Amino acid sequence: MSDNGQGTGLRPEAEDIELEAFVRALKQRHGYDFSGYARASLKRRMLQVVQSCGFENLSTLTGRMLRDDALVPDIVAGLSVPVSEMFRNPTVFAALREEVLPVLASYPRINIWQAGCAHGEEVYSLAILLEEAGLYERSQIYATDFSDAALVRAQEGIFPIKDARAYSENYLAAGGQRTLADYYHARYERIKLDERLKRNIHFANHNLAADGVFCEAHLILCRNVLIYFANSLQNQVLGLFRDSLVRGGFLCLGNRESLDFAPAARAFTAVNASARIYRLAARA
Amino acid sequence: MKYTALVVGCSTGGVHALGTLLAGLAPELQVPVIVVCHTGSEDVEMLREVLALKSSLPVVEASERYPPQPGTVHLAPAGYHLLIEADGCFALSVDARVCFSRPAIDVLFDSAAAHYGAQLIGLVLTGANEDGALGLKAIRERRGLAIVQAPEDAVAPEMPQAALRIAGADHTAALTDIAPLINRLCSP
Ligand SMILES: C[S@@+](CC[C@H](N)C(=O)[O-])C[C@H]1O[C@@H](n2cnc3c(N)ncnc32)[C@H](O)[C@@H]1O
Repeated sequence: MSDNGQGTGLRPEAEDIELEAFVRALKQRHGYDFSGYARASLKRRMLQVVQSCGFENLSTLTGRMLRDDALVPDIVAGLSVPVSEMFRNPTVFAALREEVLPVLASYPRINIWQAGCAHGEEVYSLAILLEEAGLYERSQIYATDFSDAALVRAQEGIFPIKDARAYSENYLAAGGQRTLADYYHARYERIKLDERLKRNIHFANHNLAADGVFCEAHLILCRNVLIYFANSLQNQVLGLFRDSLVRGGFLCLGNRESLDFAPAARAFTAVNASARIYRLAARA
Repeated sequence: MKYTALVVGCSTGGVHALGTLLAGLAPELQVPVIVVCHTGSEDVEMLREVLALKSSLPVVEASERYPPQPGTVHLAPAGYHLLIEADGCFALSVDARVCFSRPAIDVLFDSAAAHYGAQLIGLVLTGANEDGALGLKAIRERRGLAIVQAPEDAVAPEMPQAALRIAGADHTAALTDIAPLINRLCSP
């Protein structure tokens, strides 16, 4: 072809080649494996890291990263997307309250794994939900993420006050029985969630792409994390969830996630399809 | 056929503009139409229904991991950025807002430019911010074709103006002329 192939898919873009080299280097040198991530959003985020860290391009960043361990936390923090809300998609929390908690109530001890906890918005929402259902005392919530920076923030339970109004509206739309302000103290520009909400929450580092079964759970919440994974990693992690759930355990995914290309999803049946709540079929 | 996909971005005034555009597209159009329309609402089902009444092509919400279908209009789901993956399928992200928006036009355009290259048409319609301008620039840099609604014809001229300033355009046209132009560009 006379065209040199620029942009026609015949010749890969420099950035795409650099991205693959970066992914390989990060894995081989530092053990973080992003090879199973969907490339379009990974590329977008990496180019932002390149910019915010002041590098000329992805190759110069990769070169530096190979020799400078100190750069790695910034990279992981940049690739993690700790964007969340309390009671995000209130109808999902209403569905958890109405359709899942009554079943969990039959267990003497309830284990919940929240994978990809970002800054903790969702895990505190869950704690409030359990508190109001009278189930919190017998629940243990394991909140995990692969970003230490996100986990530190999650443990603090501090959020900008400008978000409090949206969170309160979400809480009420989810069927909250009090007012969200009962659960936090406002100070200056921030709100801090009640320390007591943390009493049965355990924060831990866990990488879904690399680490194994985490606990025996009755409910796994993993919303808007698998959207970042290409089909094969998505399938692998769904297998991990299947192996981590008790018989009849529940799985809750993000509102627009599709399981149609993951064979491992066959182990689950939909309980509430629009809220993306599934149940592990009881093994014979 | 030279073009294999059409991406469209709009904001303020966009619902009306999309109605006119989609009504004018040829029912036999062979390319997928992929749309980001800022609405700020919780889901796009209402928008989908409104547009489906006017459109000559079926209108659906884009589903992650599925490929865009020729002759079908795909709307970005509310609250998510919509991207085209390396394999040509839809992908979603909840990364930070871009130009105060999620979904953002720039994110769709950028990823579509990387996948479709010179076979992509990008269209920026009415809107009151600058989203889409950088994305349209990315499309042109990969030799795709850029169409911008003429600012004086738009309910909100800022978005077309920003696109023209930052990216430029191959065609600037009044809304009613855009569908015929696309039908012509995409006819086999
Ligand atoms: C967009 S947030 C989701 C927050 C929340 N679940 C929600 O839906 O609002 C995605 C989170 O997943 C985490 N994450 C991404 N890849 C991961 C992995 N391989 N293992 C564990 N956590 C991961 C990120 O650090 C980030 O905090």
